[in-house]
Amino acid sequence: MSEKKAEIKEYKTGVIGSGTFGTAIANLLAETKPVLLYVRNRDKLEKMLASGLNGIHKLHKDVILTNSLESLCKDCKLIYPMVSSPNFRNMCQTMAPFIQPDHIIIHGTKGMSVEFPDGFDDLETPILSKEQINTMTEVIKQETLALRVGCLSGPNLAGELSQHKPAATVIASKFDEVIRMGMDSIRNPRFRVYGSHDVLGVELSGVLKNIMAIASGICEGLDLGHNAQAMLITRGLGEMIQLGKVLGSETNAFFGMAGIGDLIATCSSVKSRNFTLGLNLSKGKNVEQIIEEIQEIAEGYYTTKTAYALCNNYNLESPIIKGMYHILYKDAKVDQTLEYLMNHENDKDVSFI
Amino acid sequence: MIFFQAKSYCESYCERREKTKNLNIQENLSESIKLESEIKEELKQDKHPGIYPPIQPDIEDWPIHKLSQNKEEFLETLVNDTVEILIEQFQSLEAMEEELAKVVFLENIRLEKNPWKVDTKDEKEFWKKAKRTLLKRSLKQKDDPDFFINYDNQIFYDICRRYCTEIIGNFEKDTYQFASKALPIGFNRLLNTASNRNMKRIWNNEFELTDRVKPFGYIDEVRELAKKGTIILLPTHHSNLDSILIGWAIHCLGLPAMQYGAGLNLFNNPLMRYFFNRLGAYKIDRRKKNSIYMECLKNYSRLSVGQGLHTLFFAGGTRSRSGQLESKLKLGLLGTVLDALRANFDSGDPTKPTKIICVPMVLSYHFVLEAPNLIHQFLKKEGQEKYFVRGDSIPGFRKLTKFVWKFFSRQSEVLISLGKPMDLFGNDLDSEGNSIDKNGKSIDIKKYFMSDGKITKDIQRDSEYTRMLGEHLKERFYRENIVLSSHLIAFAAFEILNKKFRKLDLYGLLRLAPEDRVIPYQHFIKVIESLRERLIELEKNNQVRLSRHIYRDPKILIMDGLRNMDIYSAKSPLIEDKNGDITSEDMNLLYFYHNRMKGYNLEQYV
Repeated sequence: MSEKKAEIKEYKTGVIGSGTFGTAIANLLAETKPVLLYVRNRDKLEKMLASGLNGIHKLHKDVILTNSLESLCKDCKLIYPMVSSPNFRNMCQTMAPFIQPDHIIIHGTKGMSVEFPDGFDDLETPILSKEQINTMTEVIKQETLALRVGCLSGPNLAGELSQHKPAATVIASKFDEVIRMGMDSIRNPRFRVYGSHDVLGVELSGVLKNIMAIASGICEGLDLGHNAQAMLITRGLGEMIQLGKVLGSETNAFFGMAGIGDLIATCSSVKSRNFTLGLNLSKGKNVEQIIEEIQEIAEGYYTTKTAYALCNNYNLESPIIKGMYHILYKDAKVDQTLEYLMNHENDKDVSFI
Repeated sequence: MIFFQAKSYCESYCERREKTKNLNIQENLSESIKLESEIKEELKQDKHPGIYPPIQPDIEDWPIHKLSQNKEEFLETLVNDTVEILIEQFQSLEAMEEELAKVVFLENIRLEKNPWKVDTKDEKEFWKKAKRTLLKRSLKQKDDPDFFINYDNQIFYDICRRYCTEIIGNFEKDTYQFASKALPIGFNRLLNTASNRNMKRIWNNEFELTDRVKPFGYIDEVRELAKKGTIILLPTHHSNLDSILIGWAIHCLGLPAMQYGAGLNLFNNPLMRYFFNRLGAYKIDRRKKNSIYMECLKNYSRLSVGQGLHTLFFAGGTRSRSGQLESKLKLGLLGTVLDALRANFDSGDPTKPTKIICVPMVLSYHFVLEAPNLIHQFLKKEGQEKYFVRGDSIPGFRKLTKFVWKFFSRQSEVLISLGKPMDLFGNDLDSEGNSIDKNGKSIDIKKYFMSDGKITKDIQRDSEYTRMLGEHLKERFYRENIVLSSHLIAFAAFEILNKKFRKLDLYGLLRLAPEDRVIPYQHFIKVIESLRERLIELEKNNQVRLSRHIYRDPKILIMDGLRNMDIYSAKSPLIEDKNGDITSEDMNLLYFYHNRMKGYNLEQYV
């Protein structure tokens, strides 16, 4: 409103995407600096403006809502896109004309952009190579002029964040500057931020853990107990690291906040969407039904397909990923899959480091 | 230009192949001979445009000439600036003292163990004295700290001045004009004599140097942009002859002379010293690896590029030992270009040049003069080969003339591919030298250095930008590389053997017994055809460039490749045996030339 008069411009922080996670992050950011929050849907915007709420979550008083990406990019040099992975590239393309080389972009999307070849879904053993997948930071660099990009990932369940419970996260970027700016913008006494240079590792661990979260939801639904849960998380981490390594990342990030940290949070919380998907699956519902019921799509659903095709290509033995793929896409029965997992041949404890 | 023609060759090749498919071998052969003569005709008609007019006819307008005129002033700025940077870097007195002691120690050792002819006479004296005074100082320092600070600064200043004076290049108009006239005349005489192997033909003008050293690619664009901004030429590096040939190419293209870093060892030879000293080379001494020297060198590059000097960097740092296209880049000096750009933006002075134009350049040779030495060094460094490496020396006069004679008498050509110009961030440029995005919209590149609305100095950020530039450059090298017939046959032969003896590791393969190296001719042709198919596909996708020979009949292609392949070495990497099959006399060399085609994922097509 008062941008015009100021010569030395005070930039705000921008958040794109008004899902629950986007809102929670906007609220956190608003504690340091005013925030512009982009809401794509006009009706939703009107509703939020009228009520000061997003669903059940209250908006911070310094969160300003906007419907224009152009004005958001003009007023903000630091932008946090928080949109779901299928919309991510599209969002980047829309925003691209307004992005300048001095924009810093830190995304919080836990998904990958994949170019599925024609007829991919009909293949007996689908195959993808690492050239066919792009992480979100790569998508940003491909579509916009921004080079200073990073990602935010960690055990950050939106519900808990909005209840002001303590938490921590990782900001990963090749640029110290991005990590520093990110930290300054979001850190507060209830929210710790760690920095990392291993962007690929942090992104991949955030993405792949969603598969394990679905599996964990199934465990919970079938009441298999804590032992089984622990077994799943441990072996799941192993599969994640194995896949991360062939895709070119280091292993360290998998043991940090975005890896093991996020894995524990999402695999044990009913508040996670992926976990809920698993929970519903265990009750015998099929995938189409569930997707219809819950409005927001669980990222893990797409990730499972991609991860399975990658494992096929690089000859990785990944029983959990394989099992989950068959449950989600091939209508395999949950108990059959469990039997397959329990009788799997691999008997080395830690073989992935 | 060539690419245009190549396309039409591609089409006519496909047509011809269709035609010859059903003919029997005998007819095929006569067809090949006919084809050979046809292509010869085409070659004759395709006269190279020759020498382009200079874009800045008056040498006195060239940035390199201007700098040379103000050499003293430049030196003064350079020394003071470097001292300032170093003092800022060391932060504490102790760190400074420690570094100083280390440098003096290392330099004294260097002088004792590795003295060169080019070292100045007072070199020993200087460093001995520095050592003595440092010792004296260490006894005094406790009494008088002020004295100590000034004292250190003085030594720092002296050392920096010494280094900078050595590094700084010189450019003399007259020598340049002489060299650019004399070189082609000399070469052309030699060329005509050698081509016809007849001394009487010395005044014949049938061939010219321009027929042998051919620049291709984005020539007009680069010529246009050189008027608008500072050219940073980034060639691949395989041979010591590169700098001469590139120098020739730059002259041919009508571009102003460029400065470039030449190893100080080249200055040991008095003749080379004479020319290099006057042709805009600045000196890099690889023996001196200390922090003060490195900073002097970097700062020299920073300041001279900042003044708009067209500069040539061998991005690989040194000649490719393995024969492969540059896959690891030395980014230290390249990073200084980014520093220079940022500093010019930061100064706010609009007269300072801010258009920096990176031009990747790939040199394609049929053979590399020093290939045997290079590959030996590579294999030894890889750590598994035990035998003694012959010393790598700069070719002496006799060796050089012999080489040049052979080079010209075989009618071998060198293709120089000029890549698409880009800015320091990998963006395309418009005809004015402004950066543009994918949609042709102009980009304000100043903003790459801005943070929260201001230009900031951030070393880590800039080094990350430099790394990204390196990635862009590598990709361009592969894309602009021109595949020659000899590259293709070397790759095919080595990979055939590699596949046949899959169980052997590299070193086993290199020690293959002569009788195991034989490849039946028919099989060889088959592999060449399948590789060629893939290469043509790659060229269509702009992933590589092919020389016209690649489109010729496979038999002629192989003949051409064999004929051009390492004509210098005593043992040939690839040769036709008496049964008409293909074999290798020197597996190391074959490996070297094969490496050129690595990185295109062609292995699966063998």
